[in-house]
Amino acid sequence: MPHLFFADDDYAVIEAACERLIPGATDAGVADYIDGLLGAFSTEPPRIWAGGPFSGRHGGDAGFASFIPLTRMDELAWRTRIEGSGGIPEREFNGPVVGLQERYCEGIAALRGDFTTRDPDEQDARLHSHPDFTALLYEHACEGMYGAPEYGGNRSSSGWRAIDFEGDVQPLGYTDAEVSRP
Amino acid sequence: MGSGPGGSAAADVLTAAGWSVVIFEKGRNHLLDLADPSRLKGDYSNDEIKFTVRHFLGPDPFLEPRTFRRNQSDGDHAFVGDVNNVPSTVGGGGVHADGKLPRFREDDFHMHSEHGPIDAAALADWPLTYDDLEPFYAEAERLVGVAGDAGANPFAAPRSGPYPMPPGAPMYGATLSAGAAQRLGYHPYPAPTGANSVPYGGRPACNNCGFCAFYGCPIHAKGDPLAPLQRALLTGRAELRPETFVSKINVNNGMATGVDYVDTHGATHTETARHVVLAAGAVETPRLLLLSGLEHPLIGRHLMFHFQTLAMAGLRERVHPHRGRSVTHVHDDHLVPDERSQRAAHDAGLPWFRGGMVEHCGASAPIQEAKLYPWGNAHARSMRESPLRERMWGFTMQGEDLPQWTNRVDLDPTVRDVRGFPVARITYDSHRFELAASAHYGERLTEILHGMDAEWTVTTTSPDASFPYGDFISPIPQSKHVMGTARMGADPSTSVVDPYGRLHDVPNIVVADSSVFVTSSGYGPTLTLVALALRAARALAGGETPPAIE
Repeated sequence: MPHLFFADDDYAVIEAACERLIPGATDAGVADYIDGLLGAFSTEPPRIWAGGPFSGRHGGDAGFASFIPLTRMDELAWRTRIEGSGGIPEREFNGPVVGLQERYCEGIAALRGDFTTRDPDEQDARLHSHPDFTALLYEHACEGMYGAPEYGGNRSSSGWRAIDFEGDVQPLGYTDAEVSRP
Repeated sequence: MGSGPGGSAAADVLTAAGWSVVIFEKGRNHLLDLADPSRLKGDYSNDEIKFTVRHFLGPDPFLEPRTFRRNQSDGDHAFVGDVNNVPSTVGGGGVHADGKLPRFREDDFHMHSEHGPIDAAALADWPLTYDDLEPFYAEAERLVGVAGDAGANPFAAPRSGPYPMPPGAPMYGATLSAGAAQRLGYHPYPAPTGANSVPYGGRPACNNCGFCAFYGCPIHAKGDPLAPLQRALLTGRAELRPETFVSKINVNNGMATGVDYVDTHGATHTETARHVVLAAGAVETPRLLLLSGLEHPLIGRHLMFHFQTLAMAGLRERVHPHRGRSVTHVHDDHLVPDERSQRAAHDAGLPWFRGGMVEHCGASAPIQEAKLYPWGNAHARSMRESPLRERMWGFTMQGEDLPQWTNRVDLDPTVRDVRGFPVARITYDSHRFELAASAHYGERLTEILHGMDAEWTVTTTSPDASFPYGDFISPIPQSKHVMGTARMGADPSTSVVDPYGRLHDVPNIVVADSSVFVTSSGYGPTLTLVALALRAARALAGGETPPAIE
């Protein structure tokens, strides 16, 4: 399946780096979550906010699958956050903004193209040597591992299952006994 | 202005009295179908990414930043971005709150005369009493739908009747902490909660999904402002305009004539009005007054947050904090100074101090938890063992924050919002009162945790000036309880609004949010601000007496 933002080689670097950050990230599709964020505007509606009120995993319709349309203001915010301001005056009312796409391109370049072939210790050393990018990547890796699967990660709820978390439980919810007992 | 708990309550009262109302809301509408207000949008969900990472309820800190500094030595500002943002959406802060809705106690309305002054603080009595507000508290509880046990809290003020609903199911962790607190002589009780324990007001009972604090309720079991907004809109006399930013209240000869607003396309319009009700929250309300050129010297002054003391314990067993209404038990003992607290206050050079309501709580969100652990091979084991979620429980005390003249909201000199208007700048630093009280009560809360067979305990506060900006704990208060920036009083020289929320200088502008609070108490502000909004709106409509219970 083609990626929304990453070239194949770059995707492989991100996938390998995420696996070092969170073992199991590859199987959970964490790189797909990040690709979905950076390429959010390649679909309509953009993949920013999943719909509601239910996912269908515990009853009800699969509303999460239909992403919520953005307003003009929402789009301005999220395009700027993802693409950067790029000299567009409307996006620079408080100054230039470096977007996530640029930060990822720079981060991938810093980890270098042979990252996937290096041994784990070398991979970890490279991640440690770029703490700002690694911090960003880890934030997104956590979201991709434990966020709703509709965003591309947490494939088949594997992240939640690994920690015995039921995830979104509406409209089923929990019984009073499940709340109050050990 | 504003469709949150205060604005929606006022709209409900005014439309019921036959008034025509336009509700301006700068945020988006994710709540109800404007063409048929009886239908819901269905946008709320159990989705951690959407609600806690991607600003779904707004405001987006890129479009609408705020700035922060501790004092003038920080320069124009020390931080730009998300500064204590409360939802900017139809329903306002009522959408994301987990719905703890306590009343204030009697002494909360006269702290100055009851306990005496504190150096460098602007303590004052409210221009009304608990008895004045009690009927409106009762009305607010019916309006929002509050579940509670009227006889369970020995520190509670007298009530004219029971809660509309009984309490919901206690969370397992709360049964442990409540037991430990009782063994030390404290008095935990079921938190008065705006979440249905039984079907109420046409909404279903809460089913304990756990996505409560910071989320919109997918089944509308939570007492968000849906009911009053629906009722107002269904009269046909209210119009709700989301995504409209009111940029100025027009004033002529000491009376408001209407507002200028920017619509969703960026076009500016003027709306005329006989009265203006301002319920934009204790940051945006003074911002709009200042943008409008109003010049009362106390506008924006006396900004208060609750000073949070967090005392948490690592437990040997799992307590599943993700099941239930986020907080089901609280205790109020630390709102009442006792011999031990008096000694600590004197040791700190203070005549007295007190804390606030203590929420028995845990952490429920796995993404938030994951980000707390280091990356690497140990990550998966940390998440499975879950010392910071599944096996953590403790307390958040919403400590009283004293009003200080120097703590304020004003207009930032350089930073603008997306529409080109100056953003709110918050200048805020803690008083010795909050720091000393927190240190004292943090120790006492930790004593309770030791009675829960804790493996470890930790105490921290929010704000904490020693932490960097941008972290969860930082110099910026985390508490979403924001108050005090258009202080209420009888004397125009010491207050911004009169006892009914009317601006002394422009009496047909009524403030119907927590801006009017004189002191912060140690209780969440929502029920009190709704009660005040009901009282102010009823006075505006020509009668102060609430309707009889049907």
